[in-house]
Amino acid sequence: MAAKPGLDGHDRGIKVVCAGLKDAGMEVIYAGLRQTPEAIVNTALQEDVDVIALSTLSGAHNQHLPRVAKLLKEKGAGHILLVAGGVVPKKDRLALKEQGVKEIYGPGASMAEIAAFIRDNVSLS
Amino acid sequence: MDKSMTEKDKKEWSQRHPEVASLTPRRTDWGDPVEPLCTPGQAGGLDYLGELGFPGEYPFTRGIYPTMYLGQPWTIRQYSGYESPKDTNLRFRYLLEQGQTGLSVAFDLPTQIGYDSDHPLSAGEVGKVGVPVDTLEDMEVIFEGLPLDKLSTSMTINAPSAVLLAMYINIGGKQGLDPKVLRGTIQNDILKEYTVRGTYIFPPQPSIRLITDIFAYCGQHVPRFNTINVAGYHLREAGCSAVQEIAFSFSNAIAYIQAGLKAGLDIDKFAPRISWIFNTSNKIFEEVAKYRAARRIWAELLRGRFQAQDPRSWMLRFHTHTSGASLTAQQPLNNAIRVAYQTLAAVLGGAQSIAACSYDEALNLPTEESARTSLRTQQILLEEAGVVDTIDPLGGSYYVEALTRQIYERIQELMAKIEDMGGAVAAVENGFVQKEIQSRAYQIQCEIERGQRVVVGVNKCVIQEEEKDSPIKVNPQAEQDQIERLNAVKARRSQDRVQQTLRAVRQAAQGQANLMPVIIEATEAYASLGEICGVLREEFGEYQQVRTI
Repeated sequence: MAAKPGLDGHDRGIKVVCAGLKDAGMEVIYAGLRQTPEAIVNTALQEDVDVIALSTLSGAHNQHLPRVAKLLKEKGAGHILLVAGGVVPKKDRLALKEQGVKEIYGPGASMAEIAAFIRDNVSLS
Repeated sequence: MDKSMTEKDKKEWSQRHPEVASLTPRRTDWGDPVEPLCTPGQAGGLDYLGELGFPGEYPFTRGIYPTMYLGQPWTIRQYSGYESPKDTNLRFRYLLEQGQTGLSVAFDLPTQIGYDSDHPLSAGEVGKVGVPVDTLEDMEVIFEGLPLDKLSTSMTINAPSAVLLAMYINIGGKQGLDPKVLRGTIQNDILKEYTVRGTYIFPPQPSIRLITDIFAYCGQHVPRFNTINVAGYHLREAGCSAVQEIAFSFSNAIAYIQAGLKAGLDIDKFAPRISWIFNTSNKIFEEVAKYRAARRIWAELLRGRFQAQDPRSWMLRFHTHTSGASLTAQQPLNNAIRVAYQTLAAVLGGAQSIAACSYDEALNLPTEESARTSLRTQQILLEEAGVVDTIDPLGGSYYVEALTRQIYERIQELMAKIEDMGGAVAAVENGFVQKEIQSRAYQIQCEIERGQRVVVGVNKCVIQEEEKDSPIKVNPQAEQDQIERLNAVKARRSQDRVQQTLRAVRQAAQGQANLMPVIIEATEAYASLGEICGVLREEFGEYQQVRTI
């Protein structure tokens, strides 16, 4: 499942990644813009997804991403692979990885490497 | 001289050089093959007065003013807005001291979506991509010491345009200025928010009513303000070709014009205040051709189809911002070069106002040094490069004239397709525009990954580099400080007056009366942006995005 947390409306990147993952043979649900962490986790549980991919370019990543990771753990869904993409400065990326975001992709990342990472790290339910 | 050369001569030339015949033609951004050598044949039969004309005269292909940059340089208008109103005021003062000639305000996302800084959905977003504005007091701080009669201010605001414009009018009032002298621009282009930019609030119908209310009010009271800044920029950033950029944004503008006419406005009362923001990307000659063709199409459309009589209604006045999406996080200094070429294309294309990106934008908010470098990029072009010495310097180039003619046709083909669908609103509601854009964005990414589309530093000329951390320090207290300022204003203002003015906004929203006067009163009473938009949300409802994936 892919989603845009927060108020950021830049969705070129996430839509391209959705299309790339579909072409790589994955089933993709795109939840769209302005998703709260609560809504993201609820949808993920309802749809029984294996991966959550979040895109954020507004600088609000430290607000939304740790909250999604925390909610997943609270709901016993820590097995869901959480990845993100966007403009996230290096020191924030390191901190977010410690908080449960498994990988964070920046400008210039390829769809191929994202798909490969998901394949190698997903734990299928 | 031209007469002495024929198509036969060109053919014979290529026969003398077999390597010419074996060339694979390159393609334009919009997919047409490019002639390896352009000759008088490509621009053949050029009807100078019909297709080009003189600058300042219909159809304006060579420029909208008779003297262009020889009369007045373009406005250097860098986009900025920092995490608090105070910081933003300081940055504006700095940019003006450094020779910038117009202001451009970036607002944070809660402001753009009509939420106050203390709204739960604003958490983490306050002051992040621009300055937060909750009440008139924030605007007072942003413009402190800046005389509005000496400046023009562009505000990148869409769904809540009426509220920010109302605040600006009030700031002018506090400086003792009649709204008639205020100059500036609100973006106010909602249709592209639904498709690519995402800061929509209300559904199309009430949104377009807000736009026509602004047209009507400003036509009478704020005549020097650009009431709308129709955007090709964000469409292009999301993946459009140059052809799609112009065709989709022109189709959006047609929808606004039709709404204005339906509301009973005279075309020549509001069309002269329609302004534009376009995207200038990498391919220099195609960008120049795009602007030349766009000016002609707009002039023909307004004079022909909409029967505008005032030549100012025919003029495509545009700001352009260089392409953020073309910048790379890898080898960031390379972006300074990309920005310089794009700025050159904008100047050769006859832009009225330019914002040049900063080289570090793919990594973080611009530093003072990178922001100054992009300002200097414009000043070097203006003062040193000799590109402003004559008007439309590429006019008459075989290649540029051929490209201008080709893109002129391609844009109109796509506009006709949208027209057949029922116009821009229908093309957004049925997802056509979104699907066209996302499929092209995907195609571009596939080409980059396959190495068919070169991005220097990303898939060619790659080096190992140590990633530096962002030099920008985010103030962790900024959001809390802003909420406290909002609380202080709320404690200080007259609650009765706020409630009374908000009731007036609700009544106007329920009926047909123009919303501007009541919104001006509400902001003057320090009703917050979130309170005013909250009332409108209750009356108008909220837009739900069309699913296209």
